[in-house]
Amino acid sequence: MSGYLPATDVQRDEMLAALGLANLDALYGHIPDSVKRVERLNIADGASELEVRRKMEALAAQNTVFPTIFRGAGAYRHYIPAVVGAVTSREEFVTAYTPYQAEISQGILQSIFEYQTMICELTGMDVSNASVYDGASAAAEAASMCREKKRQTVLISAAAHPDTIQVVTTYTQAAGGKVALVPVRDGVTDLAALESLLDEESACVYIQSPNFFGLIEDWEKAAELAHQKQAKMIAGCNPFALMLYRSPRECGADIAVGEGQPLGIPLSFGGPYLGFMACTEALTRKLPGRIVGQTTDKDGKRCFVLTLQAREQHIRREKASSNICSNEAHCALTASVYMAAMGTEGMTEVARQCRAKAHYAAQKISALPGFKLAYAGEFFHEFVTQCPVPAEELNARLAPKGILGGLPLEGNRILWCCTELNTREEIDLLVSILGEVAK
Amino acid sequence: MKLVFEREKSRASQILPPCDIPLEEVSAVPAEWERKTPPRLPQLSESEVARHYAALARQVFGVGSGFYPLGSCTMKYNPKLNEQVAALPGFTGVHPLQPEDTVQGCLEVLALAEQYLCEITGMDAMSFQPAAGAHGEYTGLLLIRAYHRARGDLGRTNIIVPDSAHGTNPASASMAGFRVVHVASGPDGCVDLEKLREVCDEHTAGLMLTNPNTLGLFEKDITAIAEVVHEAGGLVYYDGANLNPIMGIIRPGDMGFDVIHLNLHKTFSTPHGGGGPGSGPVGCKKFLAPFLPKPYPVSRDGALTLDGDMPQSVGKVRSFYGNFLVVVKTLAYILRLGAQGIPEAAKHAVLNANYLKQGLAKYYDVAVDSPCMHEFVLNLSRLKKETGVSAMDVAKAMLDYGMHPPTMYFPLIVPEALMFEPTETETKETLDEAVVALSEIYQKAQQDPQSLQEAPHRTAVRRPDEVQAARHPVLRYRWEN
Repeated sequence: MSGYLPATDVQRDEMLAALGLANLDALYGHIPDSVKRVERLNIADGASELEVRRKMEALAAQNTVFPTIFRGAGAYRHYIPAVVGAVTSREEFVTAYTPYQAEISQGILQSIFEYQTMICELTGMDVSNASVYDGASAAAEAASMCREKKRQTVLISAAAHPDTIQVVTTYTQAAGGKVALVPVRDGVTDLAALESLLDEESACVYIQSPNFFGLIEDWEKAAELAHQKQAKMIAGCNPFALMLYRSPRECGADIAVGEGQPLGIPLSFGGPYLGFMACTEALTRKLPGRIVGQTTDKDGKRCFVLTLQAREQHIRREKASSNICSNEAHCALTASVYMAAMGTEGMTEVARQCRAKAHYAAQKISALPGFKLAYAGEFFHEFVTQCPVPAEELNARLAPKGILGGLPLEGNRILWCCTELNTREEIDLLVSILGEVAK
Repeated sequence: MKLVFEREKSRASQILPPCDIPLEEVSAVPAEWERKTPPRLPQLSESEVARHYAALARQVFGVGSGFYPLGSCTMKYNPKLNEQVAALPGFTGVHPLQPEDTVQGCLEVLALAEQYLCEITGMDAMSFQPAAGAHGEYTGLLLIRAYHRARGDLGRTNIIVPDSAHGTNPASASMAGFRVVHVASGPDGCVDLEKLREVCDEHTAGLMLTNPNTLGLFEKDITAIAEVVHEAGGLVYYDGANLNPIMGIIRPGDMGFDVIHLNLHKTFSTPHGGGGPGSGPVGCKKFLAPFLPKPYPVSRDGALTLDGDMPQSVGKVRSFYGNFLVVVKTLAYILRLGAQGIPEAAKHAVLNANYLKQGLAKYYDVAVDSPCMHEFVLNLSRLKKETGVSAMDVAKAMLDYGMHPPTMYFPLIVPEALMFEPTETETKETLDEAVVALSEIYQKAQQDPQSLQEAPHRTAVRRPDEVQAARHPVLRYRWEN
């Protein structure tokens, strides 16, 4: 199998002859034999396109795709309009390299500039970068932006997504910083505890809202407390919640980050996803990753370039603000096309429907015996209930009906999620099955 | 081109049905939580959205648009089959927190890709959590750190990085809490063994090396290099950015490397997406496996399961399991090429690079004149001195020929550098055409240097003012009112 090699044997031999070589192996003649492998690779023989397609389809068929999903916890199934995939699957967008050659990359550069604007609008912040890997690494990068010589402690709410807490911990500790968990009370960050934890060594406070339990947090109060000690406030966001609830900027946050997956990006077993990051103007030069800026060309035409590169690894090497190079540009494009297709009204409608369905489901589920709502606070599209039977057992009853139930949590609790995709019928069916279990 | 925000409002198409939960049935968002200023997003019809992005797509140069010899980026053809299989609903529709018995296909993809990539690299275990090459470097360095610490060897604070290294190497080392020690290359462009010995000591945690290096040269002393570092008690890290010319022929694990990362978006044909997503799996020898990020897929009782019980793990570097769909594409690629196709592709990458180098060496100076692997670097100092035409000018002139320029001004150890990596998926015809184009550019440099200094002439925009962009940053659109 020649895979994707275009050269015919004749062309190959012509090229070898031009180089004065007898065969392909002669290209490696200067390399010591001791490191060359003589045995054949112990992997399967190459296969035709059709065979590989069948093999991959067989692998995909081993997974269950649930028609109905009531699970979120950091990955959310939303409706993706047809135009999104049609636009983003264009070969140019899929295959282009990072737009270092601005003259032939205006399409990518402009799409990133538009993405940056949309993220600034969503979060209310001044400056956005071109994306990072995911919401968790965005939080970790944000914490790195805030750490200074004498401020090495990152305070993170225990109600943040567990993966975010872990990634922030990995990044912070590796660089010599400390992580302190702010305890949770009634499902939300305990602000009294936060106040007592904050001191002169605190670099920043990270609070996710809606938090892991779906509850809205008081970013504004947290920002006030952080700022009293000259620490920074990092708001972890859900893009749809931003359509309805107060923005990080309105609450006084210094940095807003989040997982952009809900914006037109499929679940895909966890990736690729999209980390978005935005900050106040004052922090611009600490922001990691690529940033696109507007300028003019030789002929005075408006155009776009990668800019402020003096922050980046290929210029500053070990002194760079981050090591990030490849980002999630194509996911950022997807999010932009999604937001352009939905518009402010469509995005708001998605958010309203998510909330309405989740609140409806919460009312119905919590009315069942043994399924009490765990917390009383305002929630967006996720909520926690008690569960009268082991949560796994409950989910096993739902699976045959094509329903992926909520995420089991410690203490026999379940974290439920609704999006605009969950119909009233589906919710009613869920409630009726839970009702049987509750008996 | 108008920005998406500058297009006149059009009638947005109805995408969702009306909410089937009457809003009066549920409480409203409490006023104290309510957002005061809504975000300003476009309001466009579907047709306008499609047209806007079609206009943008016309100003993007993809791998399908023409020759793309970007050094160190391995811009090989991105097979269409990869995209199709990664779009199968059986992969895209899977929630990352589904019960394990419902995601056996996904876990099998990870397990197979791990098995194949370990065989190709000579490693024993691999994690797909890192989302890009730099992320893989970072994770690999965390492994090195955790290894020394687990042995109580706390004084190993230094990572040695050659001066020809990718910029991510020192940046990753510094993020992982190490001090970066640079080691200069010898006159042959390779690591200078003597200089390496001088910097290796009890503070050495490891050496980061890409082989072939960024000059496209194979580090012939690699076994001795690894020995020097190992004798000092350090580990040897392989930056997999340049694996393409040796895959299936020379294995990092057999050269003495302990830990590696791969760039699936380079070597294994997954597309670059205008800058990402990539995937930067980190592989290691058995003794480092307990330190890999968690969870890690393992086979237990005939089924695959995600093992989170790893007390020595470096922790998590990303949510969930990394850029899964990129791994799907990689697996499809490996299955297509197979045991023979992988080394065959590597050899053709080296053939194409040497053939192109020979063609260009008639006009331009090669930085180091010895047989290259997948890429080579031109040094345009002489041309610049004689004609005033710089590497930048030549690169920009290539745009007028419908080619993507090579990587410019890298590696840093070569002045006026142009770094070419044609990859194996280019035809002899394309390479011959590139030589003709670059010979014409060379002649023009002698006769009419000014026209090159003003190049490109045919692109939509010409030499954007980067200084203005950085001095007066305009990083988002601002509405007039």
